[in-house]
Amino acid sequence: MPSKDRHINFALMRDRILSKGGGKQFWRSLEELSDSPEFQEFVEREYPQHAEEWDSAVERRTFLKLMGASLALAGLSGCAYQPPEKIIPYVNNPEDAVPGKPLFYATAMPFGGIASGLLVRSSDGRPTKVEGNPDHPDSMGATDRFAQGSLLDLYDPDRLTTVTFAGQSRPWTSFLGDMATMLNTERQRKGAGLRFLTETITSPTLAAQMKGILTELPSAKWHQYEPASRNNAGVGSVFAFGQATNTTYDFEKADRIFSIGSDFLNCGPGSLRYTRGYARRRRTEGDDPNVNMNRLYLVEDTFSITGAKADHRLGLKPSEMEPFARAVAAAFGVKFGGAVGSAGAHGPWIAALVKDLQSARGKSIVIAGAEQPPAIHALAHSMNDALGNVGATVFHSGALEANPQDQIASIRDLVNDLNSGVVETLVIVSGNPVYNAPADLNFRDAMQKARTRVHLTSHDNETSELCHWLVPESHYLESWGDARAFDGTVTIIQPLIEPLYQSKSAYELMAAFSQQVDRKGYDVIRDYWGSQITSDFDATWNKAVHDGIVPNTVYQTSTAAVKTDWSNQQTAPPQNPPAGGIEINFRTDPSAYDGRFVNNGWLQENPKPITHITWDNVAYVSPRTARDLGLNQKEGWTGGNEKVDTINVSYQNRTVGNVPVWILPGQPDGVITLHLGYGRTRAGRVGNGIGYNAYAIRTSDSPWAIQGASVKATGEMHEIASTQLHFNMENRHLVRIQSVDEYRKKPNEAAELEPNPPRDESFYPQYDYKNQGLGYAWGMAIDTSSCVGCNACVVACTSENNIPVVGKEQVMRGREMHWLRVDAYYGGKDENKPEGPYFMPVPCMHCENAPCEPVCPVHATVHSAEGINDMVYNRCVGTRYCSNNCPYKVRRFNFLLYQDWDTPTYKLMRNPEVTVRSRGVMEKCTYCIQRIQNAKIESEREGRAVRDGEIVTACAAVCPAEAIVFGNINDPNSRVSKLKNQGRNYPLLADLNTRPRTTYLSVLRNPNPEITENA
Amino acid sequence: MSSESPNSAHNPNFESHHFTAPVIEAGHTYATVTDRISSIVLKRRTPIGWYIGFFITFLVVQMLMMTVTYLVMKGIGIWGNNIPVGWAFDIINFVWWIGIGHAGTLISAILLLLRQEWRTSINRFAEAMTLFAVACAGMFPALHTGRPWLDYWLFPYPNAMGIWPQFRSPLMWDVFAVSTYATVSALFWFIGLIPDFATLRDRAKSKPFKIIYGLVAMGWRGSARHWHRFENAYLLLAGLATPLVLSVHTIVSFDFSIGIVPGWHATIFPPYFVAGAIYAGFAMVLFLTIPLRKWYGLEDFITMKHITFMAKVMLATGLIVFYGYIMESFFGWYSGNGFERFMIHDRQTGNYAFIYWILIFCNGVSPQVLWFKRVRHSIPMVFIVSVIVSIGMWLERFVIIVQSLHKDFVPSSWGNYAPTAWDFSMFFGTIGLFFMLLFLFVRFLPMISIFEMRTILPEAKIKEGAKAA
Repeated sequence: MPSKDRHINFALMRDRILSKGGGKQFWRSLEELSDSPEFQEFVEREYPQHAEEWDSAVERRTFLKLMGASLALAGLSGCAYQPPEKIIPYVNNPEDAVPGKPLFYATAMPFGGIASGLLVRSSDGRPTKVEGNPDHPDSMGATDRFAQGSLLDLYDPDRLTTVTFAGQSRPWTSFLGDMATMLNTERQRKGAGLRFLTETITSPTLAAQMKGILTELPSAKWHQYEPASRNNAGVGSVFAFGQATNTTYDFEKADRIFSIGSDFLNCGPGSLRYTRGYARRRRTEGDDPNVNMNRLYLVEDTFSITGAKADHRLGLKPSEMEPFARAVAAAFGVKFGGAVGSAGAHGPWIAALVKDLQSARGKSIVIAGAEQPPAIHALAHSMNDALGNVGATVFHSGALEANPQDQIASIRDLVNDLNSGVVETLVIVSGNPVYNAPADLNFRDAMQKARTRVHLTSHDNETSELCHWLVPESHYLESWGDARAFDGTVTIIQPLIEPLYQSKSAYELMAAFSQQVDRKGYDVIRDYWGSQITSDFDATWNKAVHDGIVPNTVYQTSTAAVKTDWSNQQTAPPQNPPAGGIEINFRTDPSAYDGRFVNNGWLQENPKPITHITWDNVAYVSPRTARDLGLNQKEGWTGGNEKVDTINVSYQNRTVGNVPVWILPGQPDGVITLHLGYGRTRAGRVGNGIGYNAYAIRTSDSPWAIQGASVKATGEMHEIASTQLHFNMENRHLVRIQSVDEYRKKPNEAAELEPNPPRDESFYPQYDYKNQGLGYAWGMAIDTSSCVGCNACVVACTSENNIPVVGKEQVMRGREMHWLRVDAYYGGKDENKPEGPYFMPVPCMHCENAPCEPVCPVHATVHSAEGINDMVYNRCVGTRYCSNNCPYKVRRFNFLLYQDWDTPTYKLMRNPEVTVRSRGVMEKCTYCIQRIQNAKIESEREGRAVRDGEIVTACAAVCPAEAIVFGNINDPNSRVSKLKNQGRNYPLLADLNTRPRTTYLSVLRNPNPEITENA
Repeated sequence: MSSESPNSAHNPNFESHHFTAPVIEAGHTYATVTDRISSIVLKRRTPIGWYIGFFITFLVVQMLMMTVTYLVMKGIGIWGNNIPVGWAFDIINFVWWIGIGHAGTLISAILLLLRQEWRTSINRFAEAMTLFAVACAGMFPALHTGRPWLDYWLFPYPNAMGIWPQFRSPLMWDVFAVSTYATVSALFWFIGLIPDFATLRDRAKSKPFKIIYGLVAMGWRGSARHWHRFENAYLLLAGLATPLVLSVHTIVSFDFSIGIVPGWHATIFPPYFVAGAIYAGFAMVLFLTIPLRKWYGLEDFITMKHITFMAKVMLATGLIVFYGYIMESFFGWYSGNGFERFMIHDRQTGNYAFIYWILIFCNGVSPQVLWFKRVRHSIPMVFIVSVIVSIGMWLERFVIIVQSLHKDFVPSSWGNYAPTAWDFSMFFGTIGLFFMLLFLFVRFLPMISIFEMRTILPEAKIKEGAKAA
């Protein structure tokens, strides 16, 4: 109450009191009691809305009720009235789509035309991870590193986005109109001026489309050319069988394998399946010392990972390969146009090989490499015949290519037509022939003689630069299609996302030349298969698309035998080159392949198998040859760099200059291997200007090996970024190697090579991992005997865990971010005849006594009850003591901001279940904790325990050799527990007592006791 | 002076310890001592040399500021650190600077408790040197983290995350050790300055200085009570600071010896590091003393006795450090452990072997000249040796950190290390900061403890037992 205005009118008060009857009266102040006019005025001033109630001496309770009600209503009166807007919940969502829960779709990646079955994970409508399709006969769940890297290609910001004509953006209808005009003209002369150039095509639908076009325009021609096609294999099969034949192998049944330059563990159609089969015969699963191991013999003219795995390996010059093969074949009674071939100094080796192969009749494989000349392929077919392998381990069937052609002859034919001026319109479907066609054909100049040039391409590359119409090509993840796998199985390729840009698939492009222009890819594929699947189309189609396999498309194997007179067709065997000359051969680059992946950051940064080089291509030279040529290299100072000499290589008046050499123990003497795919000028922001262009001297007469080239040191050095510069184990028991005989005698030798402290030898009470929480204890076993060093696991981990690409300069500083690396260590004493190298994938060991944990000042790395060493990114301040203290050096630090925050397409690509790390925090392998958590959540919902094999880490999932096994070590029946119980199992650096949960199984070698000089 | 003067060698009361040089030259009185020292601060004309020196170091500090800004903006990647060498110049510099600081505390605190008179003329700027060295040192652990704005998480403050720091980590012990060291040193230094602030306050001519010195003098009147309390406080702080001389660098050495890296994991590290710290510190004190006494004419106060004493301490600690090197090599071999043997072999013959052998020369061989009295009495020689030792101590940390890390257990992960320009600019920047602070100190504060110098005058030694500490 106001203190100043005390309007207490006592007279009024007295009257009031007296006027009220009996009963209690409540008042709080004398002013109220007197209720003078001044008081009323005051109340009105102070409490306008309640003046009436107060005035009428309302009781406290009513007052409170009113106050309470008005308080409740006051909230409402504060709101302005809004018109209702109905929001609709996602009640009828697309089938199975739960926001946040990923779905998997079966598809395939055509690679060199040949498909490998994939399951691609789709997170909220966009593909975020490529996995293998477990039901597919080739992949069986695995992928190679190119399939892993292909995801990044989908989201490549350098992709073409619209149709262009002479650099101007045009609508698709404009292109169709132009082509219609052209076709009108061509129809009058049966297509004489029209040429199509594609890469290798196995797609039945596309072949049908081409057939339709060529039926209508019989004078038009369809050429196929790919720089790294299996052309020699095809021509060789024609020699041997009279027609193009595809050959597949069953490595799981093979006791003895003889590879003539075949890198079947690395790449090529069927390599995933072959690796799986090979690895299954390379390891022990139980404790049975009677290991039925295979034995791999290999001769090659370069150094491949299959060579690294071989029990017996010979390095030869390219010119020596065919004589060698003939010498071996002669021992099986295969004559070759009179000349027997020379064994050279390798007589005893060959004799032992032949004896061994003959002891494995019907259980052996002779396989020739794709780069070897056709004669060697034919010889291999003959040897398989002679050994009775056909139908047991070797199977022949029709060609995979829809239109088998000698691709060299095909492109020569095209260039001739171009040069003679008959080509009016050239349609190039994918590919980059200006960059990678044989140099002697001069495709660049020839092509420009065509009046109109159309290019279906994903990027504006060296070929598109000279084309009029550029049609952006849809990525396989965003288009419909089909393709065959190594055994003929067709997979319907289904898209996981609408095309990101205004791109077209090859099918949609080819439709433009048919009667029904402007068809969607879906319709084209479906119509074709509608004609092939006669009964119950919808159900069959749905199942085929779902499973990733079209039933009954696998090729029937034939009983084709090698023609007995084939060797008479042969021209004289190649002249032996003058001894001492340097021979040059070409191989696809392990990262860029034939050049198509050079703009792919994941593959560029993925260390190449064996050499671990990133961001460059090199020329392999053996140590002896390097000394002879005066070539050197030396380690740089910044942690990941090596300075190497460079050479100029000249052949037939063409030169490729400043080629960095790489001295590679194991490379055959006198051979320099150049790698294709680099030196591009229009690849994109990542790939431009990197490396040298080996295509500059690659000619059509001998695309894989040349003699008579001149090699000259330039005197300049080049800096190479490599993630491993030391390949010697330095007497440390890192990879443990036993021969099978030694293993049989002492199964525990590998484990006992280094003292392994027992668990309870400690002052401290040990944590009981068996009886806590849900009872899981996660562990991993990696079999170094199975691992072939393909590095698919590294790219898979990069893809799954949003690992950034740091670039060449940072790799040279030793700052690559791969959580998983595959170490390679040589064995043996002689650098000219090294053993191995042996491959050892190294993820985080998740040590029970982790040295990284006690040294972190802020608890950023802690240990879970299930045994995982957890990295808490948001707590890490970045002191890097944990990395210093990690003896395995598995931790990676974000020294700078390596993630690309800006490029919009990468935001679509990243795995939403894994944190994207910023600058200044440490990161490392988490055993794919996101997958572990998903499985635990699922299993808890279903009221059961996690099953063995339910959690597959990214690395384990893609490994074709099944070398990485993850699971619950508290379950004695899990696969990982059984592997860890083997005598071959050992922890790395056991002596440090870190008690790692990731352990290794030793390498088993199976040398032939009759061959003594090779270990 | 008469032979009865306490400073005369003939005086039976001469309290010397068989030194040839006196602690303070003869002929000084209270007044001359006070005048001499305070006039450096208070006189109107600052020598031109000071301006030049200050300006140069100021420029270097600007380089430091630019480096730090760029570092925080871009990240640790501007340096040369990599995997496996996660620590390089950053921690080398941290340990180097902290080590240097130990000499100051030893002179101030330990020599005080041991009643060594010769500490008096050098303890003030030695303690200042410690403070500035700790300031420079502290920049490195703070800025070498990947996310320096979160460094405060290393302090155990009650927080909403419900997490304490991880106390088993040596880096946490560093936090406590270095912050304690900085605090105690600062307090010790400041307390010791109070009587001198009062002197300056009373003698200052310009008003601003009067006020400033008056503020920091905290109302010192020089009364008996003040002196009594002062002596107690000073002794207490000296007692607190004394164990820090041993503990701080021991804890810094734990950063390495707690790790499992071969070359780090050695029990000899605590005494070896502490000896090394004193070694480096005395080298730096000599490096500062020799020019300062020349430029400011303080030869009367900082005599040959001080120089030779400090040279002897350098020699003694140098021998301990050399013993440490020999022991490391010995047990690397004797252990029979393959990793340790490889480490020693690589240290002596590997990529960084040239640094190791320069180190042996700098730290092991060169101080041996100090055995010779003629060398100890030769100021240029002592100066040169102190420079060599400073460099050598930096190289020692390089060898320990970089060489051990670059080739450890798994050969596939071996990788060299090379510094970048920013590593150097940060390092030299902190050197510039150090010297800039010293220039400021020399200009504005009494670089020798005035009141303590008065206590060692003959006039002060009237009565036995009345001598101030």
